[in-house]
Amino acid sequence: MANPVANLQRTAAEFKQMDAKDKRRFMVDSVLNNALYILMAVFCVYTAIQRPNFLSMGSLGNLLVQVAAYLPMALGIAGCIVLTGTDLSAGRAVGLTAAVTGAFLQRIDYANKMLTFLPEVTPFWMFVTLLSVVAIGAVIGLINGFFVAKFSLHPFIVTLSTQLITYGIILWFFDLNGNNGAPIGGLDQMYKDFLGTTMFKMGNTPIPLYVLYAVILTALMWFIWNKTTFGKNMFAVGSNAEAAKVSGVNVFWTTVLVHTLAGAMYGYSGFVEGFRSGSIAAGTGTNYECDAIAACVIGGVSFVGGTGKISGIVLGVCILRIIFIALTMLGVSSSSLYIIKGAIILCAVALDMRKYLVKK
Amino acid sequence: MEQDVLLRMEGICKSFPGVKALDNVSLTVHRGTVHALMGENGAGKSTLMKCLFGIYAKDKGSIYLEGQEINFKSSKEALDNGVAMVHQELNQALKRNVMDNIWLGRYPTKGIAVDEKKMYKDTMAVFKELDINVDPYRIMSTMPVSQRQMVEIAKAVSYNSKVIVFDEPTSSLTEEEVEHLFKIINMLRDRGVGIIYISHKMAEIKRISDYITVMRDGQWVATRPAAELEMSEIIRLMVGRELTNQFPPKTNVPGDVYLRVEHLTGMYNQLRDVSFTARRGEILGLAGLDSSGRTETLESIFGIRTRKDGIISLDDQPCFNRSAGESIKNGFALLTEERRATGIFGGLNIRENTVISSLKRHLRFGLYLSEKTQREDTQHYIDAMRTKTPSQETKIRTLSGGNQQKVIIGRWLLTEPEVLLLDEPTRGIDVGAKYEIYQLILDLANKGKTVIMVSSEMPELLGVCDRIVVMSGGRVAGEVDARNTTQEEIMTLAAKYV
Repeated sequence: MANPVANLQRTAAEFKQMDAKDKRRFMVDSVLNNALYILMAVFCVYTAIQRPNFLSMGSLGNLLVQVAAYLPMALGIAGCIVLTGTDLSAGRAVGLTAAVTGAFLQRIDYANKMLTFLPEVTPFWMFVTLLSVVAIGAVIGLINGFFVAKFSLHPFIVTLSTQLITYGIILWFFDLNGNNGAPIGGLDQMYKDFLGTTMFKMGNTPIPLYVLYAVILTALMWFIWNKTTFGKNMFAVGSNAEAAKVSGVNVFWTTVLVHTLAGAMYGYSGFVEGFRSGSIAAGTGTNYECDAIAACVIGGVSFVGGTGKISGIVLGVCILRIIFIALTMLGVSSSSLYIIKGAIILCAVALDMRKYLVKK
Repeated sequence: MEQDVLLRMEGICKSFPGVKALDNVSLTVHRGTVHALMGENGAGKSTLMKCLFGIYAKDKGSIYLEGQEINFKSSKEALDNGVAMVHQELNQALKRNVMDNIWLGRYPTKGIAVDEKKMYKDTMAVFKELDINVDPYRIMSTMPVSQRQMVEIAKAVSYNSKVIVFDEPTSSLTEEEVEHLFKIINMLRDRGVGIIYISHKMAEIKRISDYITVMRDGQWVATRPAAELEMSEIIRLMVGRELTNQFPPKTNVPGDVYLRVEHLTGMYNQLRDVSFTARRGEILGLAGLDSSGRTETLESIFGIRTRKDGIISLDDQPCFNRSAGESIKNGFALLTEERRATGIFGGLNIRENTVISSLKRHLRFGLYLSEKTQREDTQHYIDAMRTKTPSQETKIRTLSGGNQQKVIIGRWLLTEPEVLLLDEPTRGIDVGAKYEIYQLILDLANKGKTVIMVSSEMPELLGVCDRIVVMSGGRVAGEVDARNTTQEEIMTLAAKYV
């Protein structure tokens, strides 16, 4: 594994020794195992021919900005999938934290300011807000993790419940102080600058600051997954929870922490989502978990458990975003978009599962 | 003699990428005989059987059943033609009852509904024939492995099988159950069934079989009448070298009493008032029948089963061992019985499997884990145990059972334990690797570690242990000195509270 070149040479040497039947099987396997990437390449080439603009710097910049927005959520949810679970509450958690962010960081002079008693936005107050929404996300995750670990419930059921509960809280929140469910707008400039200041331009697409934050978060998650005891324990629990218990891993806390960490990531995503949407409604964040889960699966974080890489998740988010950007450029209707999205996820999971099936 | 030939496999070849698993192997089974198939793990026994059942497609060769060439596409097709297999790892629908498992795939029907009455009657008929005492309505998961295996045998018989393959049938049976199994096998043989019997256990092979075929490295080595083969000769044929002793010489000298277990009683199991002591540098055996509480004792000591009562102390200092993590801190290590279920992390690699219990050793600045020391530790134990693996990054599930066991033992040695609890440490491991594991256990005792070892193989306990505590019905039935006891004495004690 260490040396890809040596690996390739070894594979080539083995290939030479195979007989015709084995060679054919090897070729078919290689194609199917990489089918997703091959299809992506073909698709990109097709789009680039149809719409030359697709490969411009500006388009790439657009991709980067979108990936930066959706990546943190996927990084969080991936941990749940590594534990053979899932998290359906992610989208609503983003919605709630976006709403809280918006309400906390409205301009002091905004006519429809929702929580009128809040102070003027200062760097300190913004920091408090960020911490608060990360904490809110973390609490949602903590509840998920607690019920999953303590009562051995399937995460699907637990997070389905918290999804509903969180949505209820969102609706209640939007009714606070006579707001009557109106969207939250009039966000303070300091908040907008904190996330949206242009670092540089790619083509004519400005690259905002939150791209940098996404890079930092990705590095942080890579560190947690690969270099910490917690990360190793997470993979052990995902791979074989019983064996992990015998090996002295605290399965309960590992499960709780994975979900809590995921929740914190949703909190941060909500903080960014508030800025990106500009005006936050009760429906903000709806179904975001679907994209995040799809990205993870496309990137090889398998529902089998115990497998997955940060690089894979980044790749998965990229692939999903490229597909959306390309389809939008090709002028595909939104109805077709959903159908294509579903089909891609199905193919990705089927191809992924194929790798784990024992060949007989 | 020729008309007696039931099954003939000729010149079977099977290759996997990079490996020639079977190289021109032939096997002839006569009507009414037990034909033992022997060989170390990886010798190709299972592959040969999988070719017979069509689970693998053979590359070359032909198979004849009663003179007709056959080429099964699936084990279902094989079953329908009278070729059945009793697997080592039972593949059963655990949530369903006994009847469902026997008639699965061929339910007797009455119109469109399943005929439960007929099913029950037929099941009882088969059970009566085989002298099996199992309730057909019992859910599989509530039964011990031995009974589940009986169900599997009943299923094979219910197909009126002409050939039945037994793959390591006794690996989870007690002596008494083995007797019952042998009775059934003898009965089947008398009825003219051809039996292929795969096992590692010499003694039982000698007892039960008429012919022995030995395989090594995917090749046929010899087929002889069992009466003509001495045990040492079988071993020599299997390993291709002389293995003079099954057990390494005992060199350890027990010291002072180190571990004391007093009045251990289980909360959710049948463990009652189990007390014993173990010395430094001593290998203590735990003998007993299946479900006599041996595994429960080890798991209760290690804190993964809830205790109702009982004190565990090291050097008279009580230690609570409320969880595996705490037990590890107190210097305990537990090698579990079910390697696949509670031992290995199949999808993770050798390194991850090795370091998981000793991550603290690699922690730097309380923050991150050093990759370098993880590599060093892993390599140390790969070398020390002579684990056969292409690299540290190899997924553990691709290794053989013996090598997996070595990796897990390495995992526990890295926690620097003082007390090693070994539950069936050599289950499903071939003769050569067994010897290495015995040596390893002795080396640990020589270093002053306390080893407590559970085993269902009596000769193993007698050959490796200093003292043997015999358990029966969740209680301690007695204690014997391994040097001057007999299998009979142990068996008598094991039956004390049954």
